[in-house]
Amino acid sequence: MSTHIPGEDTGAAVEALEGADVVGPWGEHDAQSLAGIDGVGSLAVLRRGLAASPELRSGLLLTAAMALSVAAGKLLIPLTIQMVLDRGVFDGDIQMGVVVALTGVAAGLVAIGISLERITYLRLTRTAEDVLYGLRVRTFAHLHRLSLAEHTASRTGVLTARVTSDVEALNKFAQWGAVAWIISAVQIVAVLVIMLVFSWQLALVTLLVHVPLLPVLRSVQRGQLRAYDRLRTRVSETLARVSESVLGMDVIRAYGQREVNRGDLHEAVDQQYRQQMRAMRYFSLVLPLTDVVGMAAIATVIATGVWWGDAWGVSAGELVAFMFLANLFVAPITQLGEVLDQTQTALAGWWKILDVLDTEPDLVDPGQGLPLPEGSLGVRAEGLEFRYREGGLVLHGIDVEIPPGASVAVVGETGSGKTTFAKLVARLADPTAGRLLVGGVDLRQVKAADRRSAVRMVPQDGFLFDATVCENVRYGRPGATAVDAFAAFVSLGLDEWVASLPAGIDTPVGERGESLSVGERQLVALARAHLADPGLLILDEATSAVDPETEQALEQALARLSEGRTTISIAHRLSTAERADLVFVFDDGHVVERGRHDDLVAAGGVYSGLHESWLGSTRDR
Amino acid sequence: MTDSDAPGPAPAPGDGIFRRGGRLVLRSFRAHPLPHLLGIAGANVFAVAVVGYTIVLGRVTDELILPGLDGGGVDRDTALAGAAAVVAVGVVRGVSMMVRRFFNFTAVARTQRTWRLAILDHYLDAPLSFHRSRPAGQLLAHADADVETAASMLMPLAYSMSVAALVVVSLVSLLVVHPLFALVALVLFPVLAVLNQRYTRSVEAPAARAQEAVGVVSGIAHESLDGVLVVKTLGREDDEVGRLAEASDVLRIERVEIGRLRAVYLPFIYALPNLGILVVLLLGSWLVDQGSASVGDVVRSMALFNLLAVPMEILGFLFQEMPRSVVSMDRLDGVFSTELEDRPTDPPPVPAAVEVAFEGVSFAFDDGPPVLDGLTALVGAGESVALVGATGSGKSTLFDLLSGLMPATGGRITLGGVDVAELGPDGIPAVVAPVFQETYLFADTVRRNLVLDREVTDDELARVLRLVAADGFVGALPAGLETVVGERGITLSGGQRQRLALARALLRRPRVLLLDDATSAVDPVVEAAILANLRAEGGHTLLVVAHRLATIRLADRVLFLEDGRIAAEGPHGELLAIPAYAALVRAYEGAVG
Repeated sequence: MSTHIPGEDTGAAVEALEGADVVGPWGEHDAQSLAGIDGVGSLAVLRRGLAASPELRSGLLLTAAMALSVAAGKLLIPLTIQMVLDRGVFDGDIQMGVVVALTGVAAGLVAIGISLERITYLRLTRTAEDVLYGLRVRTFAHLHRLSLAEHTASRTGVLTARVTSDVEALNKFAQWGAVAWIISAVQIVAVLVIMLVFSWQLALVTLLVHVPLLPVLRSVQRGQLRAYDRLRTRVSETLARVSESVLGMDVIRAYGQREVNRGDLHEAVDQQYRQQMRAMRYFSLVLPLTDVVGMAAIATVIATGVWWGDAWGVSAGELVAFMFLANLFVAPITQLGEVLDQTQTALAGWWKILDVLDTEPDLVDPGQGLPLPEGSLGVRAEGLEFRYREGGLVLHGIDVEIPPGASVAVVGETGSGKTTFAKLVARLADPTAGRLLVGGVDLRQVKAADRRSAVRMVPQDGFLFDATVCENVRYGRPGATAVDAFAAFVSLGLDEWVASLPAGIDTPVGERGESLSVGERQLVALARAHLADPGLLILDEATSAVDPETEQALEQALARLSEGRTTISIAHRLSTAERADLVFVFDDGHVVERGRHDDLVAAGGVYSGLHESWLGSTRDR
Repeated sequence: MTDSDAPGPAPAPGDGIFRRGGRLVLRSFRAHPLPHLLGIAGANVFAVAVVGYTIVLGRVTDELILPGLDGGGVDRDTALAGAAAVVAVGVVRGVSMMVRRFFNFTAVARTQRTWRLAILDHYLDAPLSFHRSRPAGQLLAHADADVETAASMLMPLAYSMSVAALVVVSLVSLLVVHPLFALVALVLFPVLAVLNQRYTRSVEAPAARAQEAVGVVSGIAHESLDGVLVVKTLGREDDEVGRLAEASDVLRIERVEIGRLRAVYLPFIYALPNLGILVVLLLGSWLVDQGSASVGDVVRSMALFNLLAVPMEILGFLFQEMPRSVVSMDRLDGVFSTELEDRPTDPPPVPAAVEVAFEGVSFAFDDGPPVLDGLTALVGAGESVALVGATGSGKSTLFDLLSGLMPATGGRITLGGVDVAELGPDGIPAVVAPVFQETYLFADTVRRNLVLDREVTDDELARVLRLVAADGFVGALPAGLETVVGERGITLSGGQRQRLALARALLRRPRVLLLDDATSAVDPVVEAAILANLRAEGGHTLLVVAHRLATIRLADRVLFLEDGRIAAEGPHGELLAIPAYAALVRAYEGAVG
């Protein structure tokens, strides 16, 4: 939620004008970003950032030089006023010729300034957008190069934030904050220089009046950051409450919890309001404060200038110009104060993005690569071990041999390592020790493109892209047509099911495929796998309940799909294990039993226990 | 932002943005008149102070600077008085700015709170069909972004309300100095206003497109990383990068276009007041030469031009925000205009043992085909009955009606002789407890999820947890009953969640217990044990929707549903003689074996 406080007064108003998609100086950013950057140093971020974005370097100097002259142009008016007053007006007789010449030159310079500013804005925008585009796409591509071990469920949101909110924070900064830094900094220095030229004493007076403002601004800034951080926490708290009440509405009503829930919601909204009001104190204080100090500076300059001006050699025109200059001095200070936290957020986001880019991809594709044999592929694991980056061993020295064309069931409790084993066979991650041979070739020596058509995994969660059934199936093989997709359904005996969909094969599946049931999503995934015609098929069976009709379609499709290829099934159904040529029983990262179903049942070990519980539930005894 | 096609009352034709914006302002004003008024008062004082400052500057120039540096000098008191005048005006400016900011913001924050509370109350009081017909994301967006955006045009309101005063006072101030200066302003400010308006209008479309593109980019990134396993197994990494690059390029193009418009307009808008100052300087020098103006008059007029650019921008900002705010307000009105649910007060008492009677019950969604079609059945007090039927036969809808989540569109349901329509949504929960297949746990402790608002003893809690075979895993949780579960807590398996939901229902000692496939994710062995416990527990009328044969066989009787009616009823063994029933049950059996 944006806590946008569209501004007033110079800085914020300009920003407000710069497009509706710009979030204010107190725009959204996650709380953690505020903490991280302090120890890093802005220069380090800039150095790394420059290295990571070649687009940034092209024409940077020219753009910077132009930005400098734009900032310097802001001094034109006070200078002209001073010269006209001193040379044209105050010299006793008014020399209209001089006045006309001076204002004429100034008007010309203003016109030149307009064109210069125009080009500068354009260059800045183009560069910034090119940089951000490149950064976004490269980061996204890099994320996809990382192995599955880096992509755990809990991290999906965090990784998505790298290419969305972090880049957006940089964008806001690039559109407004970065320009403010360049122009404001130059303006402060330039104004100071002019003031010094006019009178170093008056410049000193101006500075001295402003000095007490700095620590005040800084502490106000800190307080404001904290307050807005708390506000963001409150906002997400409200959102969580609302989301809970919307998602749990059935339970809330059926259990008569409406009034309890209303109380919770009102409490959350009130808390958010109160924190909003607390945070606002800073917002309504900062600018008026700097304004009053600016006026005090002008008053002091006038008093001291009038009193000691003659002694200091200050002309009347210079003193008048000083009153205009003092305005130009305080405005950028305020502006910088307003973009400071935006800058911190942007730099923190940039740093996190750069961290992603610096993570070495852990799956390396071989340059040349060895070819995989045609047809069914055997699998051989030798001393296979795996551990996640954080955590203990998930697989302890697995040795298995699966002959080509075999149908294998892998069974075991949740956390026994059976899914990790399947993921290694699909090379979604590399083993931390031991090796894995598919078709007699170490998987690490097979090029990704070859592996993908020959080894195909059908994951359990049945994730589909937000597209039609047809498109989702076509993703199974590059260049596959709609006809191929339909043919896949036909050969799996699923054409009737497809016909029963609202728009047949062109039915949209919705986000994550959620317009379809879990079982139906699996049907689409099976058709997709069929298109690739892999020599080795790895199936992760769905655990959740599937309605009877779909279940039958699924059974049939599975049977047809596994014909003529090696199949490894992570089995949750007794029937799958019963039909398999070979059953591997995983327990705590070890293969504890292996053999045919009947033999294992007879042996009376772990498997026979599992079998017992299956039987108890599914068959009427 | 929410979907642009979210429902809302269609604005009347000819009902312009300005009129709708005005109505929005009026609504906020009526709800919170005091802070609005104080904010506007502060803004107007500020406007006068701004002009006052330029007058002080002019007098300082004439009475202090000129005599002090070019003339015979000034005495100390005059110098101090001049400085004091500047500080005084500065303080008035600063304080009025604080007042404006504080009260205007207060008005905005209070308006947001008012509208947000109204929306949330409406969510709670609207019929459930309101929720069923809208995605959760949309409801969230109404309460969040729409409230925020609807109120966003109130931000520059107070300042804008002072622009008129500012323009009038400035023109008078310039006229007093010299009509020619007023003329410069009269030429300059309309041009500035038009430029500002053109700029904001031209940026509107690309800004909206850019905003949309941001959404598309985030959508692709999220989908792609969410489904990374599938992306990897399909080897679609490059295609995914291509997809994101394409969307990012659209975004880049729109943003560059916004930048281009900014480059076209802004330098000109910024430069205009400066040109005005130069004209005043030129004219002023001539007037001073003619003796019809003082140097101070010229200085004060230049200062005025210097200060007048900002209010024009603020006004532009108000107009720029207006369309977005108005559209969001329409969406909120779409929520406000839905009818509230009928909630009878003082529900009549229901007997201790409850028989459930369905008398010609019908139900249909709006204009849809009937889901339930004159269903009639009787479930005796204390009986256990299984509902069996193909997908779409109306089992879940029947439970929704029985739980008071939705009213029947025809016929009636009685609980122990009392019509559920009389009991109403507040009376039914005291009698009926449904357990759904999709379990919802709140982001709270296990204990709070179980007891909700009831007083429950620890012994009772322990007994019920044993009953649903949840004592083991709850005891093993890091903090036992005090462990936080749900969205931001630890994750439980589907079976564990279902068992907690079951316990939640049992703790309320319901007279009617509804299980809608409520143990589907529980291990079959455990499920059988739980169901046996439930039967042994007794004291309730039990209706079960089940897909497992073992569960069906546990029931005293089976109601077989087809097309929204009871096609047959009787013990499972007898119903097997009906071909349709036998086929369905065989499908269940085949699926699990």
